[in-house]
Amino acid sequence: MSAVLVFVDRPATGLGKPTRELLTLARRAGEPVVALAGEASTDIVAALGSYGVSRVLNSAQPELSEYLVAPKADFIARAAELADARAVLIENSTEGKEIAARAGIALKAGVITDAIAVAADLTATKSVLAGSYTSTCRVRTPVAIISVKANSIEPAEAETPTEPAVEAVTVDFGPASLAVRIVDRQDKPVSTRPDLSEARIVVAGGRGVNGDFTPVEELADVLGAAVGASRAATDAGWIEHSAQIGQTGKTVSPQLYISAGISGAIQQKAGMQTSAVIVAVNKDAESPVFEIADFGVVGDLFKVLPQAAEEIRRRRNS
Amino acid sequence: METTALNIVVLIKHVPDTQFDRHLSGPDNTLDRSESILSELDEYALEAALQLVESSGSAAGEARVTAVTMGPAQAVTAVRKALQIGATDGVHLSDDALAGSDAAATSLALATLVRHLGPVDLVLTGMSSTDGETSLVPAQLAARLELPQLTFASTLELFDVDGVRKVTGRRDGDAYSYQLEAILPAVVSVTDQINSPRYPNFKGIMAAKKKTVTTLSLADLGLNPSDVGRSGSWTDVVEAQPRPVRAAGTIITDDGDAGIQLVDFLAAQNLL
Ligand SMILES: Cc1cc2nc3c(=O)[nH]c(=O)nc-3n(C[C@H](O)[C@H](O)[C@H](O)COP(=O)(O)OP(=O)(O)OC[C@H]3O[C@@H](n4cnc5c(N)ncnc54)[C@H](O)[C@@H]3O)c2cc1C
Repeated sequence: MSAVLVFVDRPATGLGKPTRELLTLARRAGEPVVALAGEASTDIVAALGSYGVSRVLNSAQPELSEYLVAPKADFIARAAELADARAVLIENSTEGKEIAARAGIALKAGVITDAIAVAADLTATKSVLAGSYTSTCRVRTPVAIISVKANSIEPAEAETPTEPAVEAVTVDFGPASLAVRIVDRQDKPVSTRPDLSEARIVVAGGRGVNGDFTPVEELADVLGAAVGASRAATDAGWIEHSAQIGQTGKTVSPQLYISAGISGAIQQKAGMQTSAVIVAVNKDAESPVFEIADFGVVGDLFKVLPQAAEEIRRRRNS
Repeated sequence: METTALNIVVLIKHVPDTQFDRHLSGPDNTLDRSESILSELDEYALEAALQLVESSGSAAGEARVTAVTMGPAQAVTAVRKALQIGATDGVHLSDDALAGSDAAATSLALATLVRHLGPVDLVLTGMSSTDGETSLVPAQLAARLELPQLTFASTLELFDVDGVRKVTGRRDGDAYSYQLEAILPAVVSVTDQINSPRYPNFKGIMAAKKKTVTTLSLADLGLNPSDVGRSGSWTDVVEAQPRPVRAAGTIITDDGDAGIQLVDFLAAQNLL
């Protein structure tokens, strides 16, 4: 069986859900091999073994975190050669897509981004044109590189765990790969709420919250949801830029998207219109968001959201 | 930056207007490009170039901001728009053999084109195209040109250390914010957070009439037609289906209990 390489980037504690999804996909499509950047701790290697990983190609070279993107792509290209991989699977983050892009050039491999499903024969499904079409893509090259969005598959451990062999890989980085230095790194505060890209439910607020995200956060917390925002809200500085949903923010596709005080501009819709169920609360009945809402409330979010949160609490307690 | 005037290439794309419905059709599932405009995300790259020139102290008329596009004949309108906004000259790579290029083929054509234009300080692009939406091209272009890739910059500044020109910019991620630094020349992509793009004014529109747009073909670049377009692409779109239209939902007006009705709806959908 040919190898399918999964890139795992410096896992801090355990394997994140997106990584476990990639490992599950890799096992269905071939023999799962991991390119692990960072320390190969016993815990991580055991966790990879529980997903049936046969080999771990490991590099902890400092360049991987001192320079932007390029060294990681070089490492993956080297690991893919060593493993003779027919495919490389990568998380679909901004950085993941760029790593895929460069590894594609290095391996002369076709790259498919934003996959929402990957079949065992490596055919990938993705949403295109801001969610207005679904397309099926294949690469024509011997190696396929696919960046896969979170929630593409339910992660499943292997029936029989493996004890992966860890092999150290030393990459010979060229000067062009060590050209963009990270001179300062500021960590952002870690939220206790679910990650936007992985969340089953998203509650998002826009200019209508008028500087006060409390009702949005309160409803999100009773639902165990992630908090999102329109660009108007992030531009105003009411919430972190990483909460922005839309064309130039995140694209989400949760089971439920609750939009509050957001008009539903085309760039906002681009990031959320593939959600399974859309609920909108807006005081203007003419807002375009109502065109895509399964359930809409013409009303004041400062009344409707707290009432809904209170009602959910009441039902749970009775 | 007093020494030599800046020479910047801005890559722009002529894309179907996102304000209207967009359609895929034909055997290769290609995009209908009839109602197209200059991609709004590329306006941020052009604005960044103009601001760098303005703050660099380059004498008027010396600095160059070349707007470069590849695409069908009508794509020249995107270049014309860029000239009206303030680019100094334009280049249009136009060849029937380019149709259907994926990111790999596009980055090959653009890399060859940039090399053909001669030494530049910066190649600036938008954060993604609004049609392909993959953000692959800037990274692949940098890899092919073996130039530094400083992408998704939300701030940008040039500076000089002992006669060496450098670029620095901030890149915001989910868990971090990075300050990045590279030596010129570099490939830089910018986000929509970096600036507020200017509109063409009357003076700009008049001045643009005198600016030149050079049209190049694959032969001018020495590129083999089979290395680009559909034949040079490394990916295939096997099938494309429009998403089913969302069925009209229930819209209610709040009479005091809409929050409760909202919860009823969620319960009925098994979402609680
Ligand atoms: C290049 C580019 C990229 C962009 N990318 C994005 C993107 O990624 N994501 C994004 O979201 N936008 C993006 N935008 C901006 C987009 O065009 C809209 O301007 C933005 O989405 C509007 O945000 P909003 O709906 O919150 O604000 P508005 O359009 O001002 O709407 C506010 C809404 O709140 C309602 N409201 C006010 N008070 C209340 C209340 N008390 N209760 C209930 N409702 C209330 C109003 O009726 C109104 O409908 C982009 C724009 C450009 C040019």
